[in-house]
Amino acid sequence: MIDTLRLTAEEALRLVGDKEISAGELWSAYRAAIDEREGELHCFLHVCDEGEGVPLAVKDVIGTKGIPTTAGSRILERYVPVYDATVVARAKERGLGILGKTNTDEFAMGSSTENSAYGPSHNPWDPSRVPGGSGGGSAAAVSAGLAPWALGSDTGGSIKQPSALCGNVGLRPTYGTVSRYGVVAFASSLDQVGPVARNVRDCALLYSIIAGRDPSDSTTVELPSEIALPTGDRLDGVRVGVPKEFNEHEALEPGVRDAVQRAIELCRELGAEVGDCSLPLALEYGVPCYYLIAPAEASSNLARYDGVRYGYRTQRASDRYEMYTRTRDEGFGDEPKRRILVGTYALSAGYYDAYYGQAQKVRTVLGREHAAAFERFDVLVTPTSPSVAFELGAKTTDPIAMYLCDLLTIPSCMAGLPGLNVPCGLSEGLPVGLQLVGPQFSENTLFRVGHALEQALGFDPVPERLRA
Amino acid sequence: MAEIDRETLLHVANLARLELREEELERLGAQLNDILAAVSKVSELDLSDVPPTSHPLDVVNVWAEDEPHECLTVEEAFANAPEREGNYFRVPPGSSQ
Repeated sequence: MIDTLRLTAEEALRLVGDKEISAGELWSAYRAAIDEREGELHCFLHVCDEGEGVPLAVKDVIGTKGIPTTAGSRILERYVPVYDATVVARAKERGLGILGKTNTDEFAMGSSTENSAYGPSHNPWDPSRVPGGSGGGSAAAVSAGLAPWALGSDTGGSIKQPSALCGNVGLRPTYGTVSRYGVVAFASSLDQVGPVARNVRDCALLYSIIAGRDPSDSTTVELPSEIALPTGDRLDGVRVGVPKEFNEHEALEPGVRDAVQRAIELCRELGAEVGDCSLPLALEYGVPCYYLIAPAEASSNLARYDGVRYGYRTQRASDRYEMYTRTRDEGFGDEPKRRILVGTYALSAGYYDAYYGQAQKVRTVLGREHAAAFERFDVLVTPTSPSVAFELGAKTTDPIAMYLCDLLTIPSCMAGLPGLNVPCGLSEGLPVGLQLVGPQFSENTLFRVGHALEQALGFDPVPERLRA
Repeated sequence: MAEIDRETLLHVANLARLELREEELERLGAQLNDILAAVSKVSELDLSDVPPTSHPLDVVNVWAEDEPHECLTVEEAFANAPEREGNYFRVPPGSSQ
């Protein structure tokens, strides 16, 4: 009997490799789990009937040959890619099979999956609450044992924040280390694909499979060192910085703050040198900076949805102009429309310098702030999300309240830095996420610290209500 | 800070090739002004001496040999076309706008 809630991907690979179980048995186990819990959780937009090797769930912004890829949008409702994204091709080369496509806020724009055109996903710890977003489908599927691991994408927190709210491990990699070829573009100077898993070793393993230069994405670079699966349980010699603005912010729920404080104390007990530091402008200016740059780039990227070559086309057009404008009105939901309008405005003549140009300069300042902190520290530790999972509907009428969900994840994204979410405890019965941020290309350090903390914390990633 | 009035909103929507229904003009217009008020915070900082960041990595000029390689077939390229005529994407006629 395969327990999909407990089986790690690493163990699944070993069992299949050693022929202790067949891939068919493994797929049957995940299909059974999906049959049992998908109705309640709605993690998937498409489930594949069969597949080979160890299953992998893939966020629906990542193109999969012959498998529908909607990006959570009506405008791509019937889009079936004719090629695989590089990350999918690499996963297949390593013997993984595509289990299905996971739910996402439309074009990965959101923090709860409630912006999905196909309805929200639900949090496996409490289905009345959101799983976070935009990659809530991937995070919820992994937590609920519907997939051993998953791919997500992160622009301002779409891997880290749902992993925090669902209690699993998610990596937003260093910008440029993972190919975006074949991935639906949102904000190209920020978008990164990354792994979601139930523990740090699985997360590192999936990252090692997808990372590295891809000639089809000219923004990618070779990794400076190989990814090592973490093994140790000590943190001797690791310098841990605690940015006070992040850890003492008024928006933090007390339960989140306390769980993170205990994890920081644990770092000290494991041998790390822990010290305070400051990122004075990151929280005040990170979100405003992000909500200029990301919409500006989105307005440009989403210009391609014109009803000509692929995707939805309106039936009510007498000329080409009407075809463009009505296709886009009928095809896009509110959040993409808001961002297209903000972005177009911020880029338009007369406003460019004050908005987009100024935001790019703020971005430089945020990068410098982090660089200064990394002169003294190897890793920064903060909460990932200011709150635990919130109720569905709590923020849907207030776009700015939703934007603030990513208050703590956005600043490091602006600087192209890697960030790892590791669950560090419960508050009100819901998972609290710890965010580890390091310099560019420091994934091995993040995995080492995350793994040691994971061992010491002994967090059980299986939602309490699903435990046998 | 600039306020987006109805005329500006229609202008921006036209630039973005988005038709907005009457109900959307009101609702999205109000939200847009809230969002712009929030993001305008970036203008508080004096950054005249700071260079912009357009990309987080120092990658400059990625070159590739100009060699033919595998690409989509014609049929694959048209596989998702809303409307096709021969080897063309078929669209409605142009307009004066």
